[in-house]
Amino acid sequence: MDYLVNNFDVVVELFLQHLQLTLAVIFFSLLIGIPLGSLLARIRWLRGPVMSILGIIYTIPSLSFFVLLIPIFGLGTRPAIIALTAYAQLLLIRNWLVGLTNIEPAILEAARGMGLNGWQRFWQVEFPLALPMLLAGIRLVALSSIGIGTIAAFINAGGLGVLLFQGVITANYDKIFTGALAVTLLSFAANYIIRYLEQRAELKIYGKRI
Amino acid sequence: MSNGVSPLLTATNNMPVNESGEIIFDRVSKTFSGNTTPAVDQISVKITAGDLVVLLGPSGCGKTTLLKMVNRLYEPDSGKIWMDGKEIHSLPVNELRRQIGYVIQQVGLFPHMTIQKNIAVVPHLLGWEEKRINDRLEMLMQLIGLPVSYLSRYPRQLSGGEQQRVGLARALAANPEILLMDEPFAAVDAINRERLQSELIDLHSKLNKTILFVTHDVEEAFRLAKKIIVMRAGKIVQYGTPLELVTQPENEFIEELVGANNVLRKLSLVNVNSILKARENQSFYVERSKTNENINSVLHPEDDLRSVISVLLCSGQDSLLVKDSHNQILGTVGYSDLRNMLISNLPSEQK
Repeated sequence: MDYLVNNFDVVVELFLQHLQLTLAVIFFSLLIGIPLGSLLARIRWLRGPVMSILGIIYTIPSLSFFVLLIPIFGLGTRPAIIALTAYAQLLLIRNWLVGLTNIEPAILEAARGMGLNGWQRFWQVEFPLALPMLLAGIRLVALSSIGIGTIAAFINAGGLGVLLFQGVITANYDKIFTGALAVTLLSFAANYIIRYLEQRAELKIYGKRI
Repeated sequence: MSNGVSPLLTATNNMPVNESGEIIFDRVSKTFSGNTTPAVDQISVKITAGDLVVLLGPSGCGKTTLLKMVNRLYEPDSGKIWMDGKEIHSLPVNELRRQIGYVIQQVGLFPHMTIQKNIAVVPHLLGWEEKRINDRLEMLMQLIGLPVSYLSRYPRQLSGGEQQRVGLARALAANPEILLMDEPFAAVDAINRERLQSELIDLHSKLNKTILFVTHDVEEAFRLAKKIIVMRAGKIVQYGTPLELVTQPENEFIEELVGANNVLRKLSLVNVNSILKARENQSFYVERSKTNENINSVLHPEDDLRSVISVLLCSGQDSLLVKDSHNQILGTVGYSDLRNMLISNLPSEQK
């Protein structure tokens, strides 16, 4: 624990870098995943091909994916965010799609029959009802990005992976232990916070007062 | 609500009586992709404004398809549908739908919204002021017979019957002239269904909306309908009043469906008043002396003959006095009248 005590500000900085990376990945995943998932919910035949492509992307080993992106995007956080966002799509879209397609058809029919247009149906009905599943997807994205994100330190993306790589190279177990501890802390915190939001959203759609 | 007359009357005071609400189908056809036979086949029919018309038929006869073409959840392949003299495609689709109340079997309340928000969806879309919406909400809760405190509850906290009442209130929220109801009471238990049915009859007589009501339940159709459209295989088999269907069935299908040979159903479609009227016309001989005037049971002009039988049986008399609401004696009615009624095969102009 000596390392953590002596280099507390370094660890905090790397922790924040890691958090920033994760938040950026969540942001860009949602930017792509929500519209794409909504499209898949409407166009059934697109689901198979798109989901298999996302599945294939998910199987690319992370280290080689990062390295493959270097010629195009250089070193640093950019290729890391791109690769992690690409991985995240499978987790996010699958959940979002389940959320959307599990809405009781009668509810959507009533919404249509009452004269809500597509946009109004989305914001007033579909989004709130699929939100718990979306949050579950976001939770998976956060956890996997925190995990795989440690490897992104290899391509200079910073984050808590720096401690792990340096620790391995210099055989500094204290450093490795500190890095692992910080990553675990981040994962647990992310899991807890998003799970809390998820439960609130769930209560909401079950019509319980919060 | 069937006995809650006064709140209903006050509730309808600030509501204009609608004269419009006519629907005309003009050679409407619809074939679903992948099917060779049309779901709706060249249907032309006129729904008079203010009528409660029931679409009756076995499943797959096209009754729901016909209904859903009115609010354009389905589009006809050919033919036109007119509402108040306007072709329904002359309006933007969502504008059209906001003018038509829509009630479905599974209710489809939004589970994440309170009852208040559920009912107020369309008024909000139409940009009503808060005050107007709140007044309307209060009025609607009175109309459907639920306490105002329910407004802050969520759908899951309500029973099935209560949920369907809210569904009805939601459909009525923006005061549409037309209500489309797709087997709305099919998923409700028998006791609640009967209550909802009589409430609907009550509501219809107070609000004067045009109601198009889909059901496969013959009893329900006869109970509610002013007119019944019987459909089979995408076509209309017969369109008429319940009495016409029973006394002048178009063919064997109708006979079998409505039970044209069912004496009790025939009797249930005629009331005491029509016997008295028929007697005036034909000057029946009445044996007044046989009627014991000291018996407590009396008949009312609006009683149907089916209930007359049970009153007669219970009283042990051969005939009973008919009294109106002012306790005025209008005449007597007995078994012989019922018999004569059945022999003469019932007058077709009177329900």
